[in-house]
Amino acid sequence: MTLDPVILSRLQFFWVVSFHILLPAFTVGLACYIAVLEGLYLNTKDHAYFRISVFWTKIFAISFGLGVVSGIVMPFQFGTNWSRFSDTAANVIGPLMAYEGLTAFFLEASFLGVLLFGRKLVPPWAHFFAAAMVAVGTLFSSFWILALNSWMQTPAGYELIDGRFHALDWTAVIFNPSFPYRLAHVITAFLVTTGFVVIAVAAYHLRRGRALAECRNMLSMTLWLLTALVPLQILLGDLHGLNTFHHQPAKLAAMEGHWETQAGAPLILFGWPDQQAEVTRWAVELPYLGSLILTHEMNGTVRGLKEWRREDRPPAAIIFWSFRIMVGIGLLMLLVVATANWLRWKGRLYHTAWFLRICEACLPLGFAAVIAGWVTTEVGRQPWVIYGLMRTSDAVTPSLTGADVLASLIVYVAVYLVVYPVTLYYMVVLVRAGPVDEEETDRPIEGLQRPLPARAAAGVPAAVEARP
Amino acid sequence: MMVALDFVPLWTLILGFGVFMYVLMDGFDLGVGILFRRAPGDAARDLMMNSVAPIWDGNETWLVLGGVALLAAFPLAFSIILPALYFPILVMLMALIFRGIAFELRFKAAPSSRHRWDAAFHYGSLVATLAQGFVLGAFVQGFRVEGRFFAGGSFDWLTPFSVLTAISLVLGYGLLGATWLIMKTEGMLQDWARSQARWLLMSVMLSMAIISLWTPFLQPKIMERWFSWPNIALLSPVPIVTVWLALTLWRAIDRRSEFLPFMGAIALFTMGYLGLAISLWPNIVPHSISLWDAAAAPRSQAFLIVGTLFLLPVIVGYTAWSYWVFRGKVRAEGGYH
Repeated sequence: MTLDPVILSRLQFFWVVSFHILLPAFTVGLACYIAVLEGLYLNTKDHAYFRISVFWTKIFAISFGLGVVSGIVMPFQFGTNWSRFSDTAANVIGPLMAYEGLTAFFLEASFLGVLLFGRKLVPPWAHFFAAAMVAVGTLFSSFWILALNSWMQTPAGYELIDGRFHALDWTAVIFNPSFPYRLAHVITAFLVTTGFVVIAVAAYHLRRGRALAECRNMLSMTLWLLTALVPLQILLGDLHGLNTFHHQPAKLAAMEGHWETQAGAPLILFGWPDQQAEVTRWAVELPYLGSLILTHEMNGTVRGLKEWRREDRPPAAIIFWSFRIMVGIGLLMLLVVATANWLRWKGRLYHTAWFLRICEACLPLGFAAVIAGWVTTEVGRQPWVIYGLMRTSDAVTPSLTGADVLASLIVYVAVYLVVYPVTLYYMVVLVRAGPVDEEETDRPIEGLQRPLPARAAAGVPAAVEARP
Repeated sequence: MMVALDFVPLWTLILGFGVFMYVLMDGFDLGVGILFRRAPGDAARDLMMNSVAPIWDGNETWLVLGGVALLAAFPLAFSIILPALYFPILVMLMALIFRGIAFELRFKAAPSSRHRWDAAFHYGSLVATLAQGFVLGAFVQGFRVEGRFFAGGSFDWLTPFSVLTAISLVLGYGLLGATWLIMKTEGMLQDWARSQARWLLMSVMLSMAIISLWTPFLQPKIMERWFSWPNIALLSPVPIVTVWLALTLWRAIDRRSEFLPFMGAIALFTMGYLGLAISLWPNIVPHSISLWDAAAAPRSQAFLIVGTLFLLPVIVGYTAWSYWVFRGKVRAEGGYH
């Protein structure tokens, strides 16, 4: 068996980006939440906000640290493994990536230090400002990366000279057809993901009767947010889908499992798209609904995968199912939010044990939906790296051998399988410790403690101490 | 429609500035990591880590800037150099991950497992620095290029010369770290940092001398650059100033200066960097592709320069502000942990 550097490089990119995206999926929302909490504390002087903010800032610090170091890996992938893509598209993608670094990374990194370590060193307004700047930084970062990603999906504003891309119109490059939809959909996804983590953590402590004031505040505030965002996200997803229908019809055909172009197409709920046989097996379908959703007409025409040559089709089964996982999770979230509002109306939101248990179980839902959505859109772009213009197989570094990439892939897998679980473990320890008590917050600098040697000698684990 | 403006010199300056900022700033915090295991006791290690904890993240960001600025301004260099350095870059990135998470997790770990994070921080810093040293050595030696692509093997970077540069960079970052600690600490830890700085300075001078003598033999063009007339006269201040700086630095350590040693170490790095630039100019892919041949389309360089000229001073401004916030000696009660 020969090792294919293209397949291995794709696996490697999938591996590093999937793990990396988990962190922005959490930190973008959390940075915004912390900024809001700091703002509320600054205005109301209510110490509950302060304690909630301190609690989440500790967790944020760990996830942000891992986000930074796993993020540094990403631009280097473009050079080490996809150098032909970099060489061909750099005139367009280079400035977008550089603007991400210039506008976002430095903002985040510099103000993070003040957010974490500077509460006693700067005036309260400056500390709030630092929190806000970190949040703004994460949003800027998403803006540029999604502009770049969207351009690869729906390229615009360019011309080809000697087989290489040149930017003609930067506004058209950045605000390419899929960008506004993708940006809105992804940012909302990140906020929702964080929201479900926050309510899960609040529910965990409420069920144990701890930190009641803080956790009720977390649960209530976040559920209001989710009540607005989850339905909005479903709407945004639908708009994004229609955008895909117009600009990337092959991807959409794979998402829907359609092989034949037809008027009055059904909506296939479940099935197994068979790439070889060019059919979707065991399809459970609702007649006409596919056309109705996509074209808003009963007999609207929906294109099937057979319209494209075999070598131009994306692998349908993966996309078909990752899309359904994402949508399924979205509907599940809607159900949870609806239940929560019903309980709130009945005045039982904080006391219903079965519901709090459900909230806890929902903690990973957002992350799973983000990965599933990412797989849908990225695998759906195949076999192109720049949709319709440059094939993924032409993008890989020419000097790489399969053995090189296999070796690096093994290293990435091994390192991430150590680093991520270990980091997760420490986050779980912090989450279980919960928001600190009033007397704890009177200690210097955010009321948290460093394990000084004396303490360490006494053998008191920091985690136990934080929550007597 | 395009104004015939040549952005290459400006981009060369910006890229050079970004890479240099990275080398200095991550240099001293990697250096603190390199010295970490030798430190006298756990209390000293706590202080060492706290002296860089609030700023390491910003320091490392210059690495990203260096990478993406290379992609944006000199894409041909990006797509040749990174594949040539496939494994050193891989190892560097993984080492940076371990040391990055060690910052957060060391203070949160139970005392019984803290030594693991000490090791992650130390070996992460050491291995990342070695990898960067191999990158440096390979870069000076040059890359085999065919057309627009790297045409060499995956282990071309591993040579006696690059082994020397790797070791030298460890010593150099160690010196930056030791002088940083002289500035940021007091008492016993400061005395220890002084003693480290002394032997590191001597080793750095020795390795700089060997590299300076070896480099001209790598490439006839470099030999010609330094030793042809009148260059030899015009460039003679470079080694002379370097030696003078080293002596000044030595005296500053002896006189127990707090601030001057760190500045001296930075100045030494500046001279090394300058020497490198003189050797390699005007190539961005040594010794075959010039800055102009590797440059991005003028429209792309122009689009990015507008924002960069505005943003870079802002970045330098708030970076300076965060250093200002954390100015002075690092003390045991500091830190949010």
